[in-house]
Amino acid sequence: MKYVDEYRDAESVRLLSEKINSIISRNWNIMEICGGQTHTILKCKIEELLPPQISLIHGPGCPVCVTPIEMIDKAILLAARPDIILVSYGDMLRVPGTNSNLLEAKSKGGNVKMIYSPLDAVKIAEQNPDKKIVFFAVGFETTAPANAFTIFEAERRGLKNYFMLCSHVLVPPAIECLLKSGKNSIHGILTAGHVCTVMGYEEYIPLAEKYKTPMVVTGFEPVDILSGLLMVIYQLENGNCFVENEYGRVVRKEGNIHSKKIISDVFEITDRNWRGIGVIPQSGLKIKSKYSHYDAEKVFNINAIESNESNICIAGEILQGLKKPGDCPAFREECTPEFPLGAPMVSSEGACSAYYRYTK
Amino acid sequence: MKENANYMGSVCPIPKTEYDGILMAHGGGGTLTHQLIQKIFISQFGNEVLDVLHDSAMFNVESKRLAFTTDSYVVNPVFFPGGNIGELAVYGTVNDLAMAGANPLYLSVSFILEEGFEIETLWQIVVAMKNASRKANVKIVTGDTKVVDKGKGDGIYLNTSGIGIIPDGVNINPKNAKPGDLIILSGKIAEHGIAILSARDGLEFESEIVSDLAPLNTLVSVMLNESKNIHVLRDPTRGGLASTLNEIATQSNVGIRIYEDKIPIAGNVKAACEIFGLDPLYIANEGKLVAFIDPENAERVLNKIHLYEFGKDASIIGEVTDNNPKTVVMKTTIGTNRIIDMISGEQLPRIC
Repeated sequence: MKYVDEYRDAESVRLLSEKINSIISRNWNIMEICGGQTHTILKCKIEELLPPQISLIHGPGCPVCVTPIEMIDKAILLAARPDIILVSYGDMLRVPGTNSNLLEAKSKGGNVKMIYSPLDAVKIAEQNPDKKIVFFAVGFETTAPANAFTIFEAERRGLKNYFMLCSHVLVPPAIECLLKSGKNSIHGILTAGHVCTVMGYEEYIPLAEKYKTPMVVTGFEPVDILSGLLMVIYQLENGNCFVENEYGRVVRKEGNIHSKKIISDVFEITDRNWRGIGVIPQSGLKIKSKYSHYDAEKVFNINAIESNESNICIAGEILQGLKKPGDCPAFREECTPEFPLGAPMVSSEGACSAYYRYTK
Repeated sequence: MKENANYMGSVCPIPKTEYDGILMAHGGGGTLTHQLIQKIFISQFGNEVLDVLHDSAMFNVESKRLAFTTDSYVVNPVFFPGGNIGELAVYGTVNDLAMAGANPLYLSVSFILEEGFEIETLWQIVVAMKNASRKANVKIVTGDTKVVDKGKGDGIYLNTSGIGIIPDGVNINPKNAKPGDLIILSGKIAEHGIAILSARDGLEFESEIVSDLAPLNTLVSVMLNESKNIHVLRDPTRGGLASTLNEIATQSNVGIRIYEDKIPIAGNVKAACEIFGLDPLYIANEGKLVAFIDPENAERVLNKIHLYEFGKDASIIGEVTDNNPKTVVMKTTIGTNRIIDMISGEQLPRIC
């Protein structure tokens, strides 16, 4: 399969691994931002191919994991209303809220539908004129344009029963937050290829300079990850700290102009609470006031909710790369994919789920 | 006057002018129940055992060992690329019997119908079941029909149970895998699950992927004729190949090592899995088996099943080891060793 097989090619992998091993001279901590990359690393056992001097630190790039618990509680409340159909991406359904999750809400009679494409949310609204459809729109910059586009579509189709519960987050402010804290001594970063496909990588240039940290826009296949690591290590070994693009087959410096325009038409930047991490200034997207009639939080008036996290789960520290899933006393014990205490055990991009599935 | 359409050479014998859909009375035991049984079920399934219409089917079997299994079918949608719920209910139970090394003989079938379910659709399902049971060489000898209120079911649910006879000298058991055994997979994986996904509401992609739904009893007979040293047979249905191998590794307390580049998969199925973030190792099959065979006989069995339609893409995908008990490890195409865990929950696509 083109664009897949060549990035899983055994010979390329071997050559990259040899090259990395030949140029490394000291210990480096490298964070991969995206949970998709974490899963490739664990699934394909990339660490078997790396020299022991490289420590991979898993980053916060799991949108389901960082969606604040109060938003999940709000979604559960909305799903329980008989006049509402709550639609969401699959991963979101099992993420624990304070007392339950959306699948449980569904089993108790809540109307919850899983979708694969945001436009399906609009279609469901069109097909169910007597119901109010609330789309739980989460994600990074990657999903923001398609989610924003649903509001254009609802407008175009004249739908009065389509609403969005919006909890979008932005990657660069989170990277800055981690680098600023200095807690996990990150030397280099693999940034998230899909996010940069939409946004480009101009935003990362000042960050790399300010924090003297090389950053490489990286894809998700084994050859991508190893190429990204090689580029970061080459910079580190030579004392450089700029932004490079490994994922050139998809990512352009300026990103996707059309998608960026849709995002800025519908959303505006806001402070956002990241689950387990806390409020990061200017790190989220909210619906602009001119579209507030689509904003489920405003329309359904569900502002004050008291949400509480599990007091055992260390998801916050895992999302910041301060700890690994194995450091959690609940990992594989009280916390499993069937009975998750925290979102990283649920999501197909969560670090805990990757360790659960791909390590013993 | 409305007329019923011709389906697979048959036309539904209950005219639309009588009733379009199932009524509660079709499950009530009275005239309408009898009409349904006679015109739809007996007319298709009829055989000397069923035709007695007693409370139980009565028959003789000549064997010391029997296999007995049951399964319920709730697939949605009822018709999907490559089959429908009726064929699934016949082949699913036939295959469960075959995985015990048994020759399937008789099936029961229970229909749980939702009020309003189209009689013509039921007819199509029944015709498909008749054809499937002929293809698998089994007889449907007893059955039942219940009707539930509109809104209390999802059109149609089926249950089939089956019995088969186990030939002398056959000893197949999920506990029997032994270090050194080679593992044969009978064909390409993940086709059923992806076919169902493609047919399901809300997931529209251009695809010609059809379910691999097929009876495996002939293939199993062929394999057992070639060698009695088949230790384990399993059909990797729900949870896919990965879950089946994990079950066997656990039950036999052995390690399993497989090779990614030996696992047959069609290009379009692989592409669909990539697009939806699904791992084909965890996607359901309905016409595949894995066999754990003594290494001296494996090649011979493989060559034999290559001659058959449902085994033409078969491959030796790995072996049983005495290290890492209860663990399945896959040598990846890039040369690393990936742990293949049991499925957890359902596979759900990623969101970014």
